[in-house]
Amino acid sequence: MTNKTVLHAKHLEAGAKMVDFYGWEMPINYGSQIEEHHAVRKDAGMFDVSHMTIVDVQGVDAQAFLRRLVINDVAKLDVAGKALYTGMCNLEGGIIDDLIVYFFSNTNYRLVVNSATRVKDLAWINEQSLGFDVAITERPEFAMIAVQGPQAKAKVATLLDTEQTAAVAGMKPFFSAQAGDLFIATTGYTGEDGYEIALPVEQAAKLWQQLLDLGVKPCGLGARDTLRLEAGMNLYGLDMDEGVSPLAANMAWTISWAPEDRNFNGREVLAAQRAAGDQPKLVGLVLEEKGVLRSGLKVITEAGEGVITSGTFSPTLGYSIAMARVPRSVALGSTIEVEMRKKLVKVHVIKPSFVRNGKKAF
Amino acid sequence: MSNIPSELKYVTSHEWVRNDGNGVVTVGITEHAQDLLGDMVFVELPEVGDTVSVGDDVAVAESVKAASDIYAPMTGEVIEVNENLEDSPELVNSDAFGGGWLFKLKIADEGELENLLDAEAYANSIDED
Repeated sequence: MTNKTVLHAKHLEAGAKMVDFYGWEMPINYGSQIEEHHAVRKDAGMFDVSHMTIVDVQGVDAQAFLRRLVINDVAKLDVAGKALYTGMCNLEGGIIDDLIVYFFSNTNYRLVVNSATRVKDLAWINEQSLGFDVAITERPEFAMIAVQGPQAKAKVATLLDTEQTAAVAGMKPFFSAQAGDLFIATTGYTGEDGYEIALPVEQAAKLWQQLLDLGVKPCGLGARDTLRLEAGMNLYGLDMDEGVSPLAANMAWTISWAPEDRNFNGREVLAAQRAAGDQPKLVGLVLEEKGVLRSGLKVITEAGEGVITSGTFSPTLGYSIAMARVPRSVALGSTIEVEMRKKLVKVHVIKPSFVRNGKKAF
Repeated sequence: MSNIPSELKYVTSHEWVRNDGNGVVTVGITEHAQDLLGDMVFVELPEVGDTVSVGDDVAVAESVKAASDIYAPMTGEVIEVNENLEDSPELVNSDAFGGGWLFKLKIADEGELENLLDAEAYANSIDED
């Protein structure tokens, strides 16, 4: 049984090529994923992300529960609307999912988790909530549209009423505001400015059409992948999964070790890994000659082998980039090799961040 | 259904062949093939002067999605390659049967043309995919 988002008909209307994405029939592109990619880097594009799972966590123990559930510390959030990227680990320190936590108050939070992991996420969250006075509520009545690109905010601004305009005025990155029917967040998965907007499903097609009329280009999962990879953002299932530690997935920055007495899931294992310093690490690779680095290819270094977790052609840079998990001693700035189609090619090792705000970032 | 010009010949591995006369053919990949591959990012072409036999992997079409071998549909010598693809690989997407051609062969045996599929047979082979 295939799920369809409320915007399914709009995708077909726009000539989308639809594919199965973990049980959801979603647009892979509307013709050319490279053109869609460039639209987001240079102007404005929009993605239907209604398949993503919104979960509200409310109740007197909401803060205490989330301080256990996720590896970052939600107690750091003290301004209403602030968002936090982090991971949710099992007791062995493996990543169950990565997610964004939106803070409204100490008793009211919103989580946005991946759709591919929805069932296991909800099962885990519910199981972990035992003993905490919280209500866990999935919000399938919301659709979600991500509008991204240097012109994204200006285009959205023309559609907002006075109250909504006031709500988003001066909003910094990684914030959110509920304004009328729209939940507007300055988050995204592209490395560009823009919004992710959650709204009642019955209003989604109208907003999509209004954005289309403003010249915002519909973008599919293909462009979403090249954009997130250029931005150095992980994709769950490729760059990390339950068998991978956040320390091996460039997610150490999403762990809050202080205070010492916060006993988050996986803490013991992760602290031991950190002390041992023996986890591999996730780095960026750049291939300036012809060819495309792809997920699964073997990486060869003096310190041992590694593997490409995601790779693609970077439309912005004009050559291939990848994320790879390699031995921890591999130095940034060094040159290592990748086994590609019967030959070895040399690649540069960098911090996994390739493009930010339309420009080369390394 | 994608466009399959009736004046061309085809191979089930999605190459097309145009008989230019005087023992020369032009080779490309079909619109259906480019549609399966998605946006083209690199096209690796054979060298002019290479001799190739039917079924040899002679070129690589690398798209955002995958790298795909391209096979010689006929035996012969490569006499020209489409140098425009160096800077504009997207021609394979936008004009698969025209500006997106890959290479020209001086063929060894015109009789081999008889072994290729006509448009209808190729269309049927796609349907079976």
